Amino acid sequence: MNRYQKLFSRAESKGEGVFIPFVVLGDPDPATSFKIIEGLVENGADALELGFPFSDPIADGPVIQRAGQRALAAGVRQEDCFRIIKKIRKKFAGIPIGLLVYANLVLARGMAVFFRSAKKAGADSVLIADVPLLESAPFRRAAEQAGIDLVLVLPLHAGRETVIKVAGKSRGYLYLLSRKGVTGVDQEAGLPSRDLMQDLKNLNAAPPVLGFGVSTPEQVCAALEAGCRGVISGSAVVQRVEDYVTGKAPLEDLFSFIRKMKDAAR
Amino acid sequence: MLKKNPSPYYGNFGGMFVPELLVPALLQLEQAFLKSQKDSAFKAQLNTLLTTYAGRPTPLTLCHNLTAGVTSRIYLKREDLLHGGAHKTNQALGQALLAKHMGKRRIIAETGAGQHGVATAIACAVLGLKAVVYMGVKDIKRQQPNVFRMKLLGAEVIPVTAGAATLKEAINQALRDWAGSYETTHYLLGTAAGPHPYPLMVKTFQTVIGVEAKKQFLKAEGRPPDAVIACVGGGSNAIGIFAPFLNNKDVRLIGVEAAGKGLDSGLHCASIQKGKEGVLHGARSLILQDRDGQISDSHSISAGLDYPAVGPEHAHLHQTGRAEYVGITDRQALEAFQLLSQKEGIIPALESAHALAHALRMVKKSRKPLRLLVNLSGRGDKDLTLAEKALRKN
Repeated sequence: MNRYQKLFSRAESKGEGVFIPFVVLGDPDPATSFKIIEGLVENGADALELGFPFSDPIADGPVIQRAGQRALAAGVRQEDCFRIIKKIRKKFAGIPIGLLVYANLVLARGMAVFFRSAKKAGADSVLIADVPLLESAPFRRAAEQAGIDLVLVLPLHAGRETVIKVAGKSRGYLYLLSRKGVTGVDQEAGLPSRDLMQDLKNLNAAPPVLGFGVSTPEQVCAALEAGCRGVISGSAVVQRVEDYVTGKAPLEDLFSFIRKMKDAAR
Repeated sequence: MLKKNPSPYYGNFGGMFVPELLVPALLQLEQAFLKSQKDSAFKAQLNTLLTTYAGRPTPLTLCHNLTAGVTSRIYLKREDLLHGGAHKTNQALGQALLAKHMGKRRIIAETGAGQHGVATAIACAVLGLKAVVYMGVKDIKRQQPNVFRMKLLGAEVIPVTAGAATLKEAINQALRDWAGSYETTHYLLGTAAGPHPYPLMVKTFQTVIGVEAKKQFLKAEGRPPDAVIACVGGGSNAIGIFAPFLNNKDVRLIGVEAAGKGLDSGLHCASIQKGKEGVLHGARSLILQDRDGQISDSHSISAGLDYPAVGPEHAHLHQTGRAEYVGITDRQALEAFQLLSQKEGIIPALESAHALAHALRMVKKSRKPLRLLVNLSGRGDKDLTLAEKALRKN
């Protein structure tokens, strides 16, 4: 069993949901970023979703855009991101690590090289925000060859054909997109229908995890009740990172938020 | 779904590199566009708009004084005379009409020089649609007259402050808007770039330039041109005038990129000559970027060429060698800008001045007489303040 399979089976046997916080690697600098990610794990993160900073993040709202800009301004390169991942992996052997990137970063490094670097650093999965199912074949092949799970996104109101294909092809977990728009907390997450969740079960899909706009413990409970196996919280987490790095709030505020979100998943 | 769907790819380039969420919106747009191309009522409506409203056909002008003393001839396709002041109106009307047929009442667009924003505002005003235009704050500063024009035409202009605050960031922001609004909103992308079906659709709506020019040139010269020359930012005016000549291998197709302060200065927008393969704004193409895959900031005196990528078909035409791509610097473009004004009484857009500058260079270098077709894609009124400042400095 790989790390995701172990995590989801352990969570299932305990009757828990999985809580996955997202942060941008290198935000605001590599050393602080490592300290933050370390704290996420120590305060209850079941898995990690780590974004590579990119100059043109079209799927992201202002909070995550700013985080990427902070990392880029600090001179963070892909090499630095892989180095942070390696350090996290060294410290936490069992936690699943997912990467969130944009296609150009993968192509600039070379598709095969990128996935091999991810594997070597200790990552488990990669989600490419601007590679939809239609364009995913070469990426899926390269990921598989490197032993990386390529995660695909399924919008809640996707057509049946897309549901079947994404269910069949997403590896590691399946990213259920809770709503339209870009990442951010200004719009609340929607919830999947009972039919969709049953459909995914029947199709033997990887565990569905809900993301986009998940920012409160109540939303975590609602998502799990609707049948999601976990949730990803991005902008709400990254906003607290920003509050810390701009001196508006102590790091403990971020960590207590992580504990509350994990508690809600129990 | 229709059976014979066009490929989203031009060789290695193109595709639909967007978040999964936007795929259904693009497929819906593709279907609507393909249907419109078989719909004679749609075509008639668009044709009426182009002829009775926008001023098509535009003339072909032989330069009489610019080439005095030499036997070469330069013909200008006068898209500067199109309503709105640039070729952009052709396809803004096409897409806005399509959006109306699709039942979408809100139109979003990005703009660099402001020409596409103005064209969008015009198309939306005449067709009764709501226009929202994203524009980088740097461009808002350097293209003030167009900002006021858009507002006067009833469009809402939203400033974009991220990054270098030019066209690239404006497109990012428009894409983000569309991810949340696609059910009621059409994204009226301004150039032959972006995800499929935009490159195909924009080319189709701009091909009217080449179709007219080909006929006009034949009538004037009794033969096709030696070369067709157009400036390339995203590449819509160039692909529009190239399209009818693509199969005529005797006609050289030359795209002129903005070399800014020089092709080796790092301050330019020569994505084809200096870019690497990658993905930006939904398409695989040639892109100015660093070794890590971060997109570079581009530079040009002309805001309309200031874009670090290029439409995928141009990347393909470059790779196959069917078209050639060259660079013209800010300074060379300014010279051509003045020359055309003084010799022919036509003030060109700084973008189009790049194409003209290369034509003049060809004429100068050539030992045999050339017959050249230059796409004068826009007029220079919007550039007056900027040009005045730049010329005072020189």
